[in-house]
Amino acid sequence: MDFTEDQIQRYSRHILLQDVGVEGQEKISNGKVLIVGAGGLGAPIALYLAAAGVGTIGIIDGDVVDLSNLQRQVIHFTPDVDKPKVISAKEKINLINPDVNVITYHELLTSENAERIIKDYDFVVDGTDNFPVKFLINDACVIAKKPFSHGGILRFDGQTLTYVPGSACYRCLFHSPPPPNAVPTCSQAGVLGAIAGMLGTIQAAEVLKYLTGVGDLLTNRLLTFNAKTMEFRTVKTKHNDNCPVCGSHPTVTGLVDYEQAVCDIESHRKNKH
Amino acid sequence: MSKISVNGKAQEVVTPISITDLIKLNDVAQPDMVSIQLNGEFVNRDEFDITQVSDGDELDFLYFMGGGQETPNPFG
Repeated sequence: MDFTEDQIQRYSRHILLQDVGVEGQEKISNGKVLIVGAGGLGAPIALYLAAAGVGTIGIIDGDVVDLSNLQRQVIHFTPDVDKPKVISAKEKINLINPDVNVITYHELLTSENAERIIKDYDFVVDGTDNFPVKFLINDACVIAKKPFSHGGILRFDGQTLTYVPGSACYRCLFHSPPPPNAVPTCSQAGVLGAIAGMLGTIQAAEVLKYLTGVGDLLTNRLLTFNAKTMEFRTVKTKHNDNCPVCGSHPTVTGLVDYEQAVCDIESHRKNKH
Repeated sequence: MSKISVNGKAQEVVTPISITDLIKLNDVAQPDMVSIQLNGEFVNRDEFDITQVSDGDELDFLYFMGGGQETPNPFG
C-alpha cells in the first residue's frame, strides 16, 4: 500500500511507534470493522477508529439522534437531533478522515440480518446497551468465528472482554440474558457520560491491537472498572466447556432474538442510554 | 474463621460454606443473575447449593452490565 505524503503526515504518530510502523498502519488501513450501535460506546469507538484510519467502518443503528443522547454520544452534535445516528456518525467520521469508507446500516441487528452483515468484516465491536442484542452479537460472532469486543456500561461501571475463536465468549461468563422483567426500564438507570468514553476507547484500542497484532488482547479476561473509585480489575476467565454456544454440547446453534425489556421497543429506542 | 477472597477483596467466613450462602452473606442484590467463578472455574448456577467454599478459595462475582439493571458494585 502506498501512502501519500499527507497520509504519512496524518498517521505519523502511529508510524513512529516501533510496534506499529508503516506496516502496522497498512494493516489498520486495510482493516474492516463493524460497530454495532452509534450511541454511548459506538461514538468514541467510531471517532478513534476514524482517526486511526481504519479502512472500512461499518456502523449499524436503527435510531435517530435524541437530545438526551448528547450528554455522552460525542459523535452527535446539537444540530444532529432527529437525524439518523448512522448518518450523523458517517458525517463526522469522514470529516475527521476522508480516507475511511463508511458503510451505514440504518436498521437494527437481528437474527435475520446478523450473519449477512458481519460476514465481510474482520472484527465486530459491541456498542449496544441491551442484553438481547449483546447475546445476538456474541452468538453470531462465535458461530461465524468472527473476533469481537463485548462492552457494557452502567452508572459508574464498565466492563469489556475480547473474543477470538477458542477464547471465552460472553456466554461462557453469562449463560443467557436476564429475563425481561428483571430489568428496570432503560431510562431509569442513568450513566455518567464520560464512562462511555472510558470503556469505548478501551474497545477501540483492542480493535487497533487486533489489526496490528500488537500486545495482548483482553481474551480470557474480563476488564471491569468502577469510576467512582477508579479501581480497575481484570478477572481471568477461560472457555467454559458448559457454554451453550461454544461449549462441547452447544444448545445454541442458531441466532435468537430475545425479548426486549419491559419497556416496549419504541420507548426503548427513544430512551436508549 | 477462614480467609477467602471475593472480587479481589479478603473476607473472613466460617467454612465450609455453600456458594448460595456466600451470595446471601454478601448481600448480592440479584442473586439469580450473578455469575460465579471459583478458583478460576465457572460454577453452574444449579450447583450453587452444593458447591462448597473452603479456606484460601478465590471467587469472582460477575454482574450483567449495560441494560439499565440494578447491579451491586462489583468492587463492593
